[in-house]
Amino acid sequence: MHGLINRSIQRFLRDTYGPELWQTVAEAAAVPAAGFEAMLQYDDALTAAMLRVAADRLGKPQEALLEDLGTYLVTLEPLRRLLRFGGVDYADFLMSLEELPARGRMALPELDLPQLALAAAAEGRLVLMVRAGVPGWGLVLSGLLRAMADDYGALALIELGAAADGQDRISVDLLDSRFASGRRFELAQPVAL
Amino acid sequence: MTARPIPTAMPDVSLSALGRLMPMFLWIGPAGEIRALGPTLAKICGGAGLVGHPFAEHFIVTGAHQFTLPGDLRMLPGRRLHLALRRGPATGLRGLAVAVGPESAGGVFFNLSFGVGIAGAVREHGLTDADFAPTELAMELLYLQEAKTAVMAELRALNARLQEAQRAAEAQALSDPLTGLANRRALERELARAAAETQRSGTHFALAHIDLDHFKAVNDTLGHAAGDHVLVHAAEVLQLAARRSDLVARVGGDEFVLLLRGTIDPDDLQALGERVIARLEKPIPHEGATCRISASIGIALSHCYDPPDAERMLTDADVALYDAKRSGRGRCIVLGRAGCVAAAGRAAAAVPPTAATPAG
Repeated sequence: MHGLINRSIQRFLRDTYGPELWQTVAEAAAVPAAGFEAMLQYDDALTAAMLRVAADRLGKPQEALLEDLGTYLVTLEPLRRLLRFGGVDYADFLMSLEELPARGRMALPELDLPQLALAAAAEGRLVLMVRAGVPGWGLVLSGLLRAMADDYGALALIELGAAADGQDRISVDLLDSRFASGRRFELAQPVAL
Repeated sequence: MTARPIPTAMPDVSLSALGRLMPMFLWIGPAGEIRALGPTLAKICGGAGLVGHPFAEHFIVTGAHQFTLPGDLRMLPGRRLHLALRRGPATGLRGLAVAVGPESAGGVFFNLSFGVGIAGAVREHGLTDADFAPTELAMELLYLQEAKTAVMAELRALNARLQEAQRAAEAQALSDPLTGLANRRALERELARAAAETQRSGTHFALAHIDLDHFKAVNDTLGHAAGDHVLVHAAEVLQLAARRSDLVARVGGDEFVLLLRGTIDPDDLQALGERVIARLEKPIPHEGATCRISASIGIALSHCYDPPDAERMLTDADVALYDAKRSGRGRCIVLGRAGCVAAAGRAAAAVPPTAATPAG
C-alpha cells in the first residue's frame, strides 16, 4: 500500500485517538518506528494489521473505523481542496468521481486508487461501484462521500450496499444539491503569509 | 436524389452562445474597435464596457507580432499570438485569431486562454470553475499544480529525514561509542586520504601509535567502570594535544592513533609525546579511588617513506611503540628522529630509537 495512504491512517488514528493509541497500534502492528513515509511503498499486510489492531484496541468494529477514516480525510485541507477540484457542486463532484483514480495517478503515478464507476439507478439514485485490490475502500469512500456532501452543503443519503463479485456498491440519494451554504472553495490556493 | 452541398461556413451563432463556448473570445471590427468579448475576458478586463473602444487601447500584442500593430489587423489571423492587458495585472494571454465576415466589414476573431500563467490569473482575477470552458484543462492544471506542490513538500521532507539519518549512520559507523573518537575505519579512511595528499602535494604527516600502560591493572582492580572512565579521560588528553586538523582515533581496547597533518619537526613530536605521557600519568580520580596509568608511544613520519605508505607507517609506529614498552614503558620513540634510512620504501625502523624519560 502506498505510504500516502498508510500515513493518512496513521494521522487519522493519532489525531482522533491520541498519540498513545497510535504508539500502541504501531508497536503491535510492527509499523516502522518513525511511522510511515508518504513517499514510500509498504506491504499491504502491514496496513491490514494496523487497522485490525486499531479496531481491536478501540473496541470498535473495523467497518466503523474505516468510515470514520473517510470522513477524516476530508478534514485534511490539501486533500479537501484536491477533491473540490472535481466539481462546482456536489452533483458535479459525484460525476467527476470516475476520474478520481486518473487524477490520483496524475499526481502520483504509483498511487493505486480503486476503480470507480457511476451509474444511474431507480428513483434518481446514483450507484457508485468500487473495485479495489484490497477490501475496505467502499467503507472509506462512503465516509468520504458523506463528508464531501457536508462540505458542498448538499443533502444526500449515502448507503453502502452488500458487496457483489468483488465490488462494493455505494448508493447515493441526492436530495438537495444546495441544501446548505457549504464551505468555501476558491480555485486559487490561499497565499501563505 | 440531390447531394447536399458540404457547408464551408457556419450559420449565425449568437454572441452569448459563443461566449459559453469560448468564454475568452474577442471580436475586433475592421477599424480596430472591440465589437464583442466573452464573459471571462470581460471579467479580467474590468467589464463589458470595453465594447466600442479601440483594441490597441486595452491590449498589447507581445512577442513576434508586436511590430505588425497598430498596422493592419488582418496580418494577425492564422498565427499563434501573445497578448497582454494594457491595464491591470500583468496577465499574459495567448491564442489564435481568424478573419471573419467580408474583408471590409467582418474583422478578426480571437480565441484566447491564459496558457502557463493560469494559476496567477486565477488568483489575480478571482476566477472560478464557471469562468472556464469545460473543454479547457484549466481545472486539471490547477489541480496538478496543487498536487505537485504537496508531493514535492513530502519529498523534500523525506529527503531531509533520509539525509539526517545518513549523517547519523555515518557518524555512528565512524566513531567509537565510548569516547566519541574516530574508530579504526575512520582512521583508515583518513590515512588513505593523507597518503594520497602527500603523494599529490607533498604535504607530510606523522602517525603516533599510543598504548596505555597499566590500564589492565585499573580494569582488574577497580572494575570496568573505572577502566571506561580512564579511557574517556585519555581520549580527552589526546584530543587536547591534537590540533583541529589532526585526527584522534581509538583503534583497540586501550590503543589510540594520532594522525598529525603537516610537516612537524621530529623533536617537536618527541616533546608532544612526552607531554601527552606526562598528562596521562597524573592521577585520575574515580569514585573515591585513584587510577594511575601511563602510556607508550611510537611515532612514524611520512617523509621517511617513498611513496608514502600508511599501512607500513602504522606497522612501524607499532614496532616503535613496542620498543618503547620494552625499554621500560612511559616512553615515546620517534622513528627517523636522527634521519630516515634512505632505502626506497624501507621503514626507518633501523635507526636506533631515541627513548625519552617520561617527565613527572
